[in-house]
Amino acid sequence: MRLWRRKTARAPLSLRRRFVTPEGVDLRLDLGSGGARAGAFLLDMLMQLGVLIALTIVLVLIGMSGGMGEILLILWLVGSFALRNGWFILFEMGGRGATPGKRLMGLRVVARDGGRLTGGAVIARNAMREIEVFLPLTFLGAQTAQGAADGFLTLFALTWSGIFLFFPLFNRDRLRVGDLLGGTWVVQSGRAKLGADLGAPRGIGGRVFPERALNLYGVLELQALEDVLRQGREDAMRTVAGAIRAKAGLTDEGDDEAFLFDYYAALCARLERGMLVGRRRRDKHG
Amino acid sequence: MTRPSPTQSAPRVNASRFRSAHEGEWERLDRLLTRMEKKSARALSEDDLLALPLLYRSTLSTLSVARETSLDRGLVTYLEQLCTRAYFQLYGVPDTAWRQMRRFFGTGWPRAVQGLWRETLVCLALTIAGLIAGYALVASDASWYYSIIPDAMASGRDPAASAEALRGTIYGGRGSGGGLATFAAYLFTHNAQVAIFAFALGFAFGVPTALLLLYNGLTLGAMIFVFAQKGLGFGFLGWLSIHGCTEMFAIILAGAAGLRIGTAVAFPGRDERIEAATRAGRSAATAMAGVVCMLLVAGMLEGIGRQTVQSDMMRYAIGFAALVGWLAYFYLPRQREGGDATVAA
Repeated sequence: MRLWRRKTARAPLSLRRRFVTPEGVDLRLDLGSGGARAGAFLLDMLMQLGVLIALTIVLVLIGMSGGMGEILLILWLVGSFALRNGWFILFEMGGRGATPGKRLMGLRVVARDGGRLTGGAVIARNAMREIEVFLPLTFLGAQTAQGAADGFLTLFALTWSGIFLFFPLFNRDRLRVGDLLGGTWVVQSGRAKLGADLGAPRGIGGRVFPERALNLYGVLELQALEDVLRQGREDAMRTVAGAIRAKAGLTDEGDDEAFLFDYYAALCARLERGMLVGRRRRDKHG
Repeated sequence: MTRPSPTQSAPRVNASRFRSAHEGEWERLDRLLTRMEKKSARALSEDDLLALPLLYRSTLSTLSVARETSLDRGLVTYLEQLCTRAYFQLYGVPDTAWRQMRRFFGTGWPRAVQGLWRETLVCLALTIAGLIAGYALVASDASWYYSIIPDAMASGRDPAASAEALRGTIYGGRGSGGGLATFAAYLFTHNAQVAIFAFALGFAFGVPTALLLLYNGLTLGAMIFVFAQKGLGFGFLGWLSIHGCTEMFAIILAGAAGLRIGTAVAFPGRDERIEAATRAGRSAATAMAGVVCMLLVAGMLEGIGRQTVQSDMMRYAIGFAALVGWLAYFYLPRQREGGDATVAA
């Protein structure tokens, strides 16, 4: 434990990982957080349960109308087996590398080395689920059904599951045991739309700001302002505009939004000019 | 690209100019990627396919430029996500299902099994040791039988049963044949699930997997003794071999795959532990997918053949033909295909 802590203290705790493409550009992948992955797993299990119930109902309905009881029973047995083992494997081998649950949570599975996601890797990562979740729980369920689950056994099954369930939280890359063996990891796959261009000239009569007003802030503050503008919440804009005016000693003309947009464009242009000559002003301190 | 407009004195920032110069490209790449993710690469026209790598590379280079020159964080995030999506569509997506299947049955599966030969021999030895032990134990004291084999599995086939009753279990048709196929399907799913367990349990340094194989041998040995005692050993083995050759082989392979993982985790050799585990995990998982196929075949042999084929010789013939077939498929040398990715991995 001591050893791990020392390691993590030195390394940054973020979930951002270097990922250099063959073209030499670092894509900076964000790993999926533990919570998102647990959520995705629960969603997948619920969906499987839903499909299983639907399958059962359909087969029972067919069985009541026709008389092919045996074939239907076989279909059910093989179908539930395929569902349990095939759900994760088939979806993750598809084009998006994600089960429906992962897709909803904005996650996808990729090979750690950046190569193709092979069938072997996907099967390995999902077969391990058997011992991570299903084995102790089915064992426990069966013993409880027979009334033989004593305290010790329950404790053992829960400890076993606990070790594997929380395994991702004990390593830096949030790897499950299955990820470890499959050589995969789970990354966030956001698909943001390209937001509006905040620096675009907005109509006529852009404000001109005095040198002193533009000298106040650096890149950090500019990007905070960007967030405020993109969210577009009026109270936040009023607060920010008030703060800037107070600091720069400008008079209040009322139109907060237009003021902020103009200030953003002016500050951005100024900081960019600084970057051209090699001065990148990180924040307001310098 | 940009025209300075005389009416606007507002400063036009670099990010805007940059954006208006490349926005068209980004949007096209975005559209193509969305189509590929929803359907497949085949949904793209020829022009689009040719344009894709170019769009990807130019977008990637705009990402580098944007990181250095643009202060618009929304823009950089958008480009990062766009490039990541494009990267995984171009480099990270698995092959088409058809090609994967062909490679799996053509080279992937037999090679994975060949790679497990050492573990396979160990598992075979474990099973045989269990078998001999089971036989010897029950032979020395019949009460061992009851502790080895659970009641549900024995279903009347125990040392106290008469020779007639035992003969009935081997040669008797199971009623009208109803329920037979269901039973086979049940056995297939059950065995396949147990095989996957055995594989996954290998992660615990292979110990549970070895125990499972030993136990499997024990039950077999105990059963054989019960039948052999009544002079039905030959018939029982025939009854068993029709599907058992395939099934036992599959279970041994599953155990071997599990052992491979366990030993790679315990003794990584010169590699890093994680690297060794990954390499072992991937090849062993390929073998495991094959094991499920074998168990499917075993289930079918069992469902169809076990009660319909009644002659001993026929049963042996079918069982051993299957065994020879599997051995030939796995271990006969075959020529190497050039550029096979699974070999390099």
